[in-house]
Amino acid sequence: MIEFPAHPGLSAAEAARIDENPYKMDFPLLAGNPELAFLDSAATSQRPASVIEAQAEFYRTLNANPLRGLYELSVKATDAIENARAAMARLIGAANPREIVFTRNATESLNLVAKTLGAQALGPGDEVVISILEHHSNLIPWQQACAESGATLVWLYPDAEGHFSEEEIEAKIGPAAKIVSVTQVSNVLGVEVPVARIAERAHAFDAYVVADGAQSVPHRPVDVRALGADLLAFSAHKALGPFGVGVLWGRLDVLEAMPPFLTGGEMIDAVTQEGAIWSPVPQKFEAGTQDAAGIATSKAGIDYLQAVGFEAIEARERALAELLMGELAELPYVTVFGPRDPGEHHGVVSFNLEGIHPHDVSSLLDTRNVAIRAGHHCAQPLLAWLGVESTNRASMAFYNDASDVRRLVEGIEFVWEVFHGSR
Amino acid sequence: MGAADLYTPALLDHVQHPDHKCELDGASLSHEGVNPSCGDDLTIHVRLDDDGTIMEASWTGSGCAVSQASADMMADLLEGLTQGEARELCDLFGRMVRGEVSAEEAEDELDEASCLASISHMPARVKCAELAWRTLDEMLSGTTAPTTTEDGLAPEGGSAR
Repeated sequence: MIEFPAHPGLSAAEAARIDENPYKMDFPLLAGNPELAFLDSAATSQRPASVIEAQAEFYRTLNANPLRGLYELSVKATDAIENARAAMARLIGAANPREIVFTRNATESLNLVAKTLGAQALGPGDEVVISILEHHSNLIPWQQACAESGATLVWLYPDAEGHFSEEEIEAKIGPAAKIVSVTQVSNVLGVEVPVARIAERAHAFDAYVVADGAQSVPHRPVDVRALGADLLAFSAHKALGPFGVGVLWGRLDVLEAMPPFLTGGEMIDAVTQEGAIWSPVPQKFEAGTQDAAGIATSKAGIDYLQAVGFEAIEARERALAELLMGELAELPYVTVFGPRDPGEHHGVVSFNLEGIHPHDVSSLLDTRNVAIRAGHHCAQPLLAWLGVESTNRASMAFYNDASDVRRLVEGIEFVWEVFHGSR
Repeated sequence: MGAADLYTPALLDHVQHPDHKCELDGASLSHEGVNPSCGDDLTIHVRLDDDGTIMEASWTGSGCAVSQASADMMADLLEGLTQGEARELCDLFGRMVRGEVSAEEAEDELDEASCLASISHMPARVKCAELAWRTLDEMLSGTTAPTTTEDGLAPEGGSAR
């Protein structure tokens, strides 16, 4: 059976003691590589042993093609998927597990919405509103939907720290808006977008609201009842789960009114030579054999996150960001992007060293076993708006500790020395 | 092997004190090369004599240390070469940074630029080292479109406001 985490349920104050790390031992890759400072969790999280074991456990004990249900094993495999669906629904406060659609990743979830709801709702003269913070996966599908429908893409711009003003929201979201799709937390700046306020404005004009939760769901409590969005996309692999599993939550009436995305097996009730009757939601959107093991395993990731608890996660990630941003503020050649308050960063800190290309920084940090991302972070319009080609990005999770941050800061000082001689 | 062998004092000297980073008076050919995902953007300039032999080469632009040092080291080598010889060097350099030829095998011809061989262990950075060389090679082959080491179609998009 699946092991439970060794250190669940620390209080926020206990978890904020970042000189201690009670979590690392649950993560085999981190425990096995004590010299590694893994600071790229916004790209993909590390996985606890319970998740790795759950994947093997599925293949050892439950493996059958789900949904056909004619024999015991297939029924168990189906149950494992439905348990995961229910866990995802509980995680985000969804009213009904049927509101959870499993996809391959958050990108596919967003494409599903753009290709179905977009095609249905958009026409010439209509507007799709997104923000300049968007990851390409919440941008290109809407560029495509606009090109196909004749709708116009409208951009929301924040201030330099990433905050959206009421004036901007009111100026950009108006009667022509049919779909408003925004990230909840930026994968570059870490800043949170006021989705609830944006949704309130959009709903006043009967627009649909889509939220990209890829960077929010793993790091803070998300409750779709408070979020205000009609649809929410996120992925399992950034939330301790396996690669290859994405989630699309949608209000049941919205999902039911949307046409299917991919078609074929597993998404029909009946087929004739002339046509087909779609299965009810969510199966209508789950064509073909899915990664049943991955979906079942994604529950183990959610179980671990919830055992740690979002109060502890937020307190710890805030403490890590405070340490990092405090140290970086001491280095005159470092520029940090986004909010000044570390508490607004959700563990994501983008920065540049004056005159040194981020790819040179990350390559040199790699020689010191410090793993960060450098580049445009799949958000090229945002970086162009920030006036840079690329940034360094350290992204922290609760399984990081103060030593990871200190090794990064020492690494940055080393990079500066390589280029400029000793301090 | 990897970045530790790459960021040598010699490489950094080319970045901080480039010998050939300048516009070239009377340039016969100039050609731009870009790595869109990195933001590396270089223009290579050469002045040819009446026979088409390279008299002088220079580069302008911006990018990471690897792309800049590679351009400067390349420009060092080009004086007096025929265009055919220069393109052979580009081919040799490309094979070296893809790991098909060792630094030792390439050193006689590529001189200092052979130190970039260690980039073959850093797949994401190969295009940085290659940019100047591919740009030169495409310029000498008569290509007019800007060079990119990231082959792909131009993006499409809807209208924006």
